[in-house]
Amino acid sequence: MKKLMLGNEAAARGLYEAGVSLVSSYPGTPSTEITEELAKYDDLYSEWAPNEKVAMEVAFGASLAGRRSFCGMKHVGLNVAADPLFTMSYTGVNGGLVIAVADDAGMHSSQNEQDSRHYAMASKVPMLEPSDSSEAYEFAKLAFELSERFDTPVFLKMCTRIAHAQSVVDIGERRLPEARPYEKDAAKYVMMPGNAIRRHPVVEERTRALEAWAETAAINRVDPGTDASVGVITASTSYQYVKEVCGDRYPVLKLGMAWPMPAGKIRDFAASVKKVVVVEELDPFIEDFCRELGIEVAGKDVFPLEGEFSQNIVAARLGESVPAGVKLDEVVPGRPPVMCPGCPHRGLFYTLVRNKCTVMGDIGCYTLGATAPLFALDTTLCMGASIGAQHGFRKAGAPGERLVSVIGDSTFMHSGMTGLANVAYNQSNSTVIILDNSITGMTGHQQNPTTGLNIKGDPAGKIDLEALCRAMGIERVRVVDPYDLAACDAVLKEELAADAPSVIISRRPCALLKTVKAKPPVKIDADKCRGCKSCMRIGCPAISIKDGKARIDSTLCVGCGVCTQLCKYDAFTE
Amino acid sequence: MTKNMMIVGVGGQGSLLASKLLGHLLLGQGYDVKVSEVHGMSQRGGSVVTYVRWGERVYSPIVDKGEADFIVSFELLEAARYLEYLRPDGQIVTSTQQIDPMPVVTGAAAYPEALAEKMKALGAKVDAFDALTLAEQAGSSKAANIVLMGRLSHYFDFDESVWMEALEACIAPRFLEMNKKAFALGRNA
Repeated sequence: MKKLMLGNEAAARGLYEAGVSLVSSYPGTPSTEITEELAKYDDLYSEWAPNEKVAMEVAFGASLAGRRSFCGMKHVGLNVAADPLFTMSYTGVNGGLVIAVADDAGMHSSQNEQDSRHYAMASKVPMLEPSDSSEAYEFAKLAFELSERFDTPVFLKMCTRIAHAQSVVDIGERRLPEARPYEKDAAKYVMMPGNAIRRHPVVEERTRALEAWAETAAINRVDPGTDASVGVITASTSYQYVKEVCGDRYPVLKLGMAWPMPAGKIRDFAASVKKVVVVEELDPFIEDFCRELGIEVAGKDVFPLEGEFSQNIVAARLGESVPAGVKLDEVVPGRPPVMCPGCPHRGLFYTLVRNKCTVMGDIGCYTLGATAPLFALDTTLCMGASIGAQHGFRKAGAPGERLVSVIGDSTFMHSGMTGLANVAYNQSNSTVIILDNSITGMTGHQQNPTTGLNIKGDPAGKIDLEALCRAMGIERVRVVDPYDLAACDAVLKEELAADAPSVIISRRPCALLKTVKAKPPVKIDADKCRGCKSCMRIGCPAISIKDGKARIDSTLCVGCGVCTQLCKYDAFTE
Repeated sequence: MTKNMMIVGVGGQGSLLASKLLGHLLLGQGYDVKVSEVHGMSQRGGSVVTYVRWGERVYSPIVDKGEADFIVSFELLEAARYLEYLRPDGQIVTSTQQIDPMPVVTGAAAYPEALAEKMKALGAKVDAFDALTLAEQAGSSKAANIVLMGRLSHYFDFDESVWMEALEACIAPRFLEMNKKAFALGRNA
């Protein structure tokens, strides 16, 4: 059956048909929908894990048990899961184990542009790299075959333009392989030095076997061309741009396997053309390999290291004509993403700004607190970093009387808890604010260990944040409603002044949740409004100034009432 | 020959349903189709763009500058933002709805005046109409996406029944009648 499918949906279908039995992931754009799609099937087990490291360990356990297992994550999630990854390369698998990692060239929704292919080489775990949805589907199935045949985890490497592009897929039926029995094999699975020393040569031998396989694999293929003055080596989405620009003119070596690469096939291809051009997004990964083989290539000397490619970028570098459009002769104001109307983070951030706080930020919707007009954040690094950063800032002896961390509920469960353990253990006077909006927001509303629901929306275990923080040794745990500005201000001032570590839980569910009912829009009495713009300081998209008076867009306003607390002239009524 | 469309607007306006509808329709007409979407951070009230490409064999999932045969826009400023992507003979179909972006809300920038006229003056074919009001007439401001699809259908040779079949396939039954009304209001606007 032919269907238009997102790359992530197609990968999920391939994994499903290949008989995946267990799925454990942490959401992260652009990887999230693989797991969301798999969660729609009832003939497999799926879950959101608290972080990628746990997810990968869960998948390892299922593999050990002889079942095909999967974990998916974004590129930076693989940093978190790197610890189990490198040693799983040594243990190998029992049931097949596939890891999807989704890069985000162009940083549509990420804090960096790292190239995950380096992880394949560094951990010696093979990586397949599809270039459209159909390949995402096929390669997902192939990944399980390779995993069991070569006794290794296998990467399925996605990127934004594969994950979030729909193309045609011809899908089939699920075939559940027979579960492999678990047999105790400490020499293979207990990775202490005496055993690991014997496993390392196995890994190297496996790599040689994979290199040999890569030479004959159909996924590393040559598309013939009519003009051998140039030969292009490419992969992933770059392949699509090359074909868009060149059609069948130049021969193209398309690599479906990012690591290990087929040295012989690359040498033969290079010998068949006059000049080799490597087209790949981000780092010169294929290019460096070609140079190691002694093949002279053009690559990052002409193509950018940064950002996504496109057909025009490729055309310009290959000396082809580039279409041009016309531009307006004036500045079109930008439209950056903003916190939504009724966002519970807004009131809390306003309180922090009013108190002139230095704010250690974290990863989530609340990173948007860094934007105009609040400009509330001082730093954002990675998941959980806000707590460690505050502790370090204070312990270095810098003044900390207005220093706080902000971290979401899901991010706190992901990797904030260990930071708080450090605060409790090494006793810094930190003020940690958990922005508990009862959901994983930015990635599109996934459940997490604090929400009380599982991936399917069914009742699940629920971690009590207050009890958790107290159990970790934080005696001062306060809960505030971020819609109540006076309460936020009072609690913040008390906790900043306290001579002890403290946690403030700012609790109010995300305004976009279906379970949250919007209140009627706020009304403005134009006679009372003096146009002082106090209400504009919270950066609510529903409020604007027209003809010197505040105006509410009633299609956007959800009646949160934060703005009504700012008006000195009682112009707002709920 | 591959055809290119961009659907642009503000995060949350419903471009994903519009692209789903087009993808279904074009696939049913025997074309190879690719649709590229934006998920994640930029969806939060930011400028969003969806690419739809169709033809005998489509490679790239995105539309580049100077390539778009159609730009369908939910919002006037967004049509102007992506004008550079339009082919010289391309067609803009845009709602005249205006949503102030944050720099305008805060007073750091002004919303440009007379954008449709300015785009026309640069040689662009611009079909600007009030899709939001028609959507409200149909029963919900959320149906502006389908009003725009109705208007867009003018520029295609497909029989109206082809569009109806796509609506039936892509929209939940309880919203179907309202969306059919929205489509008709757009098509006859």
